[in-house]
Amino acid sequence: MTPARKKRLALVVLMVAGVSVGVSFALQSLNQNIMFFKTPSEVRAGEAPADRLFRVGGMVVAGSVSRPGDGLTVQFDLTDNEEQVTVKYTGILPDLFREGQGIIANGRLDARGDFVAEEVLAKHDENYMPPELAEMHKAREAQQ
Amino acid sequence: MFLWFHKLGSPPHFYRIAGRFIPWLNAIFMVLVLAGLYGGLILAPTDYQQGESYRIIFVHVPAAWMSLFIYVVMAVCGVVIIVWRMKLAEVVLISSAPIGASFTFLALVTGSLWGKPMWGTYWVWDARLTSELILLFLYLGVIGLHNAIEDKRIAGRAVAILAIVGVVNVPIIHYSVEWWHSLHQPASLTKFDKPSMPPSMYVPILIMALAFQVYYAAVLFQKCRAELLQRERNSRWVEEL
Repeated sequence: MTPARKKRLALVVLMVAGVSVGVSFALQSLNQNIMFFKTPSEVRAGEAPADRLFRVGGMVVAGSVSRPGDGLTVQFDLTDNEEQVTVKYTGILPDLFREGQGIIANGRLDARGDFVAEEVLAKHDENYMPPELAEMHKAREAQQ
Repeated sequence: MFLWFHKLGSPPHFYRIAGRFIPWLNAIFMVLVLAGLYGGLILAPTDYQQGESYRIIFVHVPAAWMSLFIYVVMAVCGVVIIVWRMKLAEVVLISSAPIGASFTFLALVTGSLWGKPMWGTYWVWDARLTSELILLFLYLGVIGLHNAIEDKRIAGRAVAILAIVGVVNVPIIHYSVEWWHSLHQPASLTKFDKPSMPPSMYVPILIMALAFQVYYAAVLFQKCRAELLQRERNSRWVEEL
């Protein structure tokens, strides 16, 4: 490689390194805002903002889904296997909503510490399988 | 090896070679895409939770992979342009940009269509989705910048820098689902882990990914030939065609 080319290559490497460092610092400082949601533990630890909307994500606790009152409002518990948050929501739930499923709710805490959601999103996991296989998994888990 | 590389770098030589490859690439693409779609839409089983809707994965995932792959190709071309001042790299870079932008757009649109029934929303400002949108803007930026500068040699160097700087976004897109809590699910297919789906599902995805690669090569060659003719219209080898 000629010296001129070496110099230009070094310049390119320097450029990429510089931008990477800059971006990583920017992302670091934005870290909390890039998080799409908070976990129930974080909410219980008081890390949730009181004055504005935020998202909480977790698994719907099996057997916790109920429809008190008019039948449109759904109430369920979200857990990250450590802490739980009770969520109330009035509206249409996405297809993937079911007990044991990961979901994300957007809303705010009320005076009692319950989470009043304005929007409920279902989070899909990376597992895909045909229905028969899922049945087999379930049967095996039931045996244990 | 280097001699072969240098020879390929000469416009008339590349023009001829690319022309010879295109019909073959088109044929291979047709075979692969038909096999992939048949495997994905007909042979593959339904998903236990999503039912039939998950089948968008057979277009969405390969398109998203291509959007990253093509950007990396552009960045490599960018380095070659800056360091070695190779003309052909400029042609490959600028010819790749619209193809990459299309794949990025396709990934965003298919993801959005899937997101409405599954997540419950078309769009969220999630780390994965936002960084992929930035990738689309980078592609559009490369195209716009290239068109804005009259002198194509200077334009080539300008877009090279943009392509190189933008490559920082690629690992961010890839790791966004691991670094932050995001709504987008983590990768189901990775090089190191066992795939979290059965072969009847991931084999069609891989075939489709290969089909898209071949499609990229075919369209890239075609676009490069057109761009070469445009740039070298005053040279002798073009007149001799």
